[in-house]
Amino acid sequence: MDLKDLYRDVILDHNRRPRNFGRLEPPARAAPGYNPLCGDQLVVYATLDGDRIGELRFEGSGCAISVASASLMTEAVKGKSRAEAEHLFGLVHALLTDADAATPPELGKLAALGGVREFPARVKCASLCWHTLNAALAGDPTPVSTE
Amino acid sequence: MSAVSAGALPLDVARLRGDFPVLGQRINGQPLAYLDNGASSQRPRAVIDAERRYAEEMHANVHRGVHTLSQRATDAFEAARERVRRFLNARSSREIVFTRGTTEAINLVAQSFVRPRVGPGDEILITWLEHHANIVPWQMACEATGAVLTVAPIDRRGELDLDAFRSLLSPRTRLVAAAHVSNALGTVLPVAEIVTAAHAQGVPVLLDGAQAVPHFKVDVEALDCDFYAFSGHKLYGPDGIGVLYGRESLLAAMPPWQGGGDMILSVSFAGTTYNRLPFKFEAGTPHISGAIGLAAAIDYVDGVGLDRIAAWERELLQYATERLERIDGLKIIGTARHKASLVSFVVDGVHPHDLGTILDQAGIAIRTGHHCAMPVMEFFGVPATARASFALYNTRAEVDRLAAAVAAARAMFR
Ligand SMILES: Cc1ncc(COP(=O)(O)O)c(C=O)c1O
Repeated sequence: MDLKDLYRDVILDHNRRPRNFGRLEPPARAAPGYNPLCGDQLVVYATLDGDRIGELRFEGSGCAISVASASLMTEAVKGKSRAEAEHLFGLVHALLTDADAATPPELGKLAALGGVREFPARVKCASLCWHTLNAALAGDPTPVSTE
Repeated sequence: MSAVSAGALPLDVARLRGDFPVLGQRINGQPLAYLDNGASSQRPRAVIDAERRYAEEMHANVHRGVHTLSQRATDAFEAARERVRRFLNARSSREIVFTRGTTEAINLVAQSFVRPRVGPGDEILITWLEHHANIVPWQMACEATGAVLTVAPIDRRGELDLDAFRSLLSPRTRLVAAAHVSNALGTVLPVAEIVTAAHAQGVPVLLDGAQAVPHFKVDVEALDCDFYAFSGHKLYGPDGIGVLYGRESLLAAMPPWQGGGDMILSVSFAGTTYNRLPFKFEAGTPHISGAIGLAAAIDYVDGVGLDRIAAWERELLQYATERLERIDGLKIIGTARHKASLVSFVVDGVHPHDLGTILDQAGIAIRTGHHCAMPVMEFFGVPATARASFALYNTRAEVDRLAAAVAAARAMFR
């Protein structure tokens, strides 16, 4: 295990300068996510253009892994269809949890999260934003919790 | 610098560390620096041996057999109760109820003492510094009875506002429940003043001593409190065992809270007679080996000497405070004038959770998060803090490693 593998430059950069940080007003969809273990809190906002994700933003506070993961997610799924977003989440989930998972090129910058699986206590930090995105897209107002 | 109090010989920390098998290991290639004692402290060999000896030589159920092993187990269990009585300086071992821990002890009081005697409009007064274990049971009791939870405020140092506390004591207050030491900030609360003010109005007081008993001598008779709760696992003892001290006159008047074996004298379908104190509150087979291990932990702590432990921990606290304060961007949360040996802090640009991972890679175990004290976090406007909490076996060298690792994390995130 190497800290540099967890906190890769891409992660540190997205933590320092999160992309698509901020809120969207209704009628954009919104869902809150919460990690009670460490206090990470975020809200994901999304507009849907038919089946396609239009605008996507997030705000909140959390550790570097959760902030960078949310920032990377917003860049990756903007303009994607819901099915494509689902598919990406599947790849990210495998990347976070499955030691034998390949790193397909379609992950793009999300591959920077590859170090997280060596730190099992941190997997939830990286996946919280994805669960929250799902809830936002589904129009589910109940807060997402990692516990 | 020598902060050792007059008359107390300094601890031979290097030798004492040898008593704790867990401390000898390496974590992520580094010697373990265990600075999470506020969550749970490590067990000395004497405790591990006592539990093992019980399992190997005397395990049987207590209070119910005529055979030799049952007698041995009962004797050892009741000797443990007596040991706890002496530790707390309670008047009688009838005032010592074994529980699973602090949480269960507080719930027992909420169920058996508070619920039957409060109604709509009555008040339970706590402080802003409480662990969730000393908040939620009262909220539940309030919900069930229509009573109201009132909360005494704290100031920016993390000290209780005593004047505000006194003014919140009302003719409707039925119980005061307060931490002896705050687990999130380390603040030692002015419990003597709390008890005096409450008793002046005839209000009984429960003290949550989970973070107090490992660090200094507690005397329930001198404190004059009505209930006192603590956990074995924060006192170098086993997990799953804790203690509720209760004033005998109050315990005697309280109904039992769980029914079952051991808590009865006789059972018939026409009615059941409850057992005497403290068994009335110990339904079912208790955690026998836990109680025996706890007594061994108390023997260990008293053998080392709580005064000497307190003196050494004061020195560690002072040193850690100085070292950490020097780190650019680090802010200590909780600067009470009277603190137990823990430092809660936040670092600019580094989330506590990241700090926890980075320190763990350096073999340093600290707690990060809200410390089950979310109102305290909210008061200071932080979602979480990092907390280093010290025990008798910690060293200045470990504090140095902590400070170096925090500084390195800060540099990495710049
Ligand atoms: C002040 C305080 N009260 C209560 C508790 C709960 O103790 P336990 O989990 O052992 O019941 C703790 C432990 O974290 C504590 O620090």
